[in-house]
Parts: sequence; structure tokens; C-alpha cells
Amino acid sequence: MRIDCRHVWEHISAYIDGDVDALLRAEIDRHLEHCEICSAVMDSTRNMVILLADDRVFEIPAGFSERLHLRLDTVLAQE
Amino acid sequence: MIERAKATGEAGRETLEGSASLAVIARILGGDSQLFHELIRPLERAVYVTLFMLLRNESDAEDAAQEAFIKAYRNLRSFRGEARFSTWVLSIARNEGLAWLRKRSTRPEEPLEPVLDEAAGDYTPALLTDWREVPLEALEREQLGVCLRRAVLGLPTIYREVVQLRDIEELDVQETAQVLGITAGAVKVRLHRARIMLQKQLAPVLKDYVPSTQPTWRRVFGRRG
Repeated sequence: MRIDCRHVWEHISAYIDGDVDALLRAEIDRHLEHCEICSAVMDSTRNMVILLADDRVFEIPAGFSERLHLRLDTVLAQE
Repeated sequence: MIERAKATGEAGRETLEGSASLAVIARILGGDSQLFHELIRPLERAVYVTLFMLLRNESDAEDAAQEAFIKAYRNLRSFRGEARFSTWVLSIARNEGLAWLRKRSTRPEEPLEPVLDEAAGDYTPALLTDWREVPLEALEREQLGVCLRRAVLGLPTIYREVVQLRDIEELDVQETAQVLGITAGAVKVRLHRARIMLQKQLAPVLKDYVPSTQPTWRRVFGRRG
């Protein structure tokens, strides 16, 4: 089986998550060895996923936890 | 492969998930209600971000998060342990967020976003000839965070939710499917499309955040495999 660029793009997400079978992974790896574009697409997608997981991207507002537990204290005291 | 470790709070997961969380819940239901504070502490961020993703407004997300935790407390007796406690709480939070959206949709100036069209769209990535890794340190630059937030918040709801649960909170596919009430297959399809949409939008922008001395991705991580 030889795969083309479009085929690689269809599996980017699964490839990043390690959710492709060994045969397909090997084909994609072989394709990436010689395709600069797919290589850059794969790397940029993976880099983006890593950045998104950082807690600094979406932060909870200052004082959120204190306000939450104060409110819960009121509820717990009533019930 | 990207290793997933954060989930909804690693420490919380270790100490309070599974049978441990059931034991804590039993003590809360037995009268030690103050333990509820500790039970939910590892979930605060995930619940807030879940609601922020749906409501896209900090103040509404905070209010809805408080309501979600109160509902979790009041319904604690109905938690049977079939799912993780975190998954159960996130489902409550999502339902709370959807209820807020329905309330908002009654206001003509804020129509409810259509969330059902899964087929339409162009899922071709941005085609680059080279990519230099953007390091995590670059997040110290506020503008990068703004770009990432804007891109995620600009996704249609069904894709925004799945990115939040999988890529931001790092839940696994099964947990994500349980929270969203969809199949694991649907999670994978939505996540794939969402990541492509984000890559297409972000890749050209992110290139500006590569330090001039930064080594390329391959030198840092080696060849894929």
C-alpha cells in the first residue's frame, strides 16, 4: 500500500494520538520521510495540540476558587 | 504519540477517582459534608473551562460552574460509580451550560448557535513547506495565548467541546464520549476536523512565535515513530 498526501491528512489526528495500526503508521512514516509538506502539517498540528494543553492558555479567573467554596459553604450549611 | 497525563487533575485522579471517590462520597452522604470541598477541588478548572467553552463569557461561566457544583452536591446520592466522578461532574456542567445557552437563545440578540451540522466544511490543513516548533515558553507572551484562545473559541460548538475535553483537559476518548453523550467514533471524527481547522488557522500565525535560535521540531523530538 502506498499512500498520498490526502490520505495522510485524513489520519493526522489518529496518528498523533497513536490510534493507527502498525501497517498504516509505517506507511505514513514512509510518506513523511520524503514529503516536506505533510511533515510540516503533522509537526504543526502536533505542536498546536501540545500548546493547547498548557494551563496558561485557558486560565480560571482570579478568586474563582475562593468564591466557589464560599458559595458551597452557604449551600452546605443550609442542607 | 502525545502522552496524556493531565486529565482533570492528576493528583485528584489518583486520590479521589474510582473506589476512593466512592468512599469519600459515602462519608459526605453520611454527614461529613465539608469533604465535598476536597472532592471537587481537582475538577474546578475543568468545570470552569467546560462552561467557558459553551458560554464564551467569563462571568456566566463562573456562575454556571457554581450552579453545576451545587447540582453535583445535591445529586451526589445518584452517583453510582459507573463512570468516573470527574466524568459525571463534567456531564452535569455541560448540561448546566446547555441550559444557560437555551435561556440565552430566548433573547433575540443572542441566537443559539447551530450545533448539528457535522458534514459541511473544508478539512484540508494549511500546507506549509517547513515548520519550526513553537516552544511552550512562548506562552509567556500574552499574544500567543490570545491567538490560541481566539481560534478555539471561534470553532463551532461541537468542535470546540471536543477540543476542550480531549486537547485542553486531556480526557481520553471514552470519557469525552460519555460527557458529550456521543460515540467514541464521533469524538474522533470531530476531533480530527477540529484539529485541522485549528491547524489551518493557527499554523500561519504561530510561525511568528518561533524564537530565532529555536531548534527545529525534529531536532527536539526526533523522527516520528
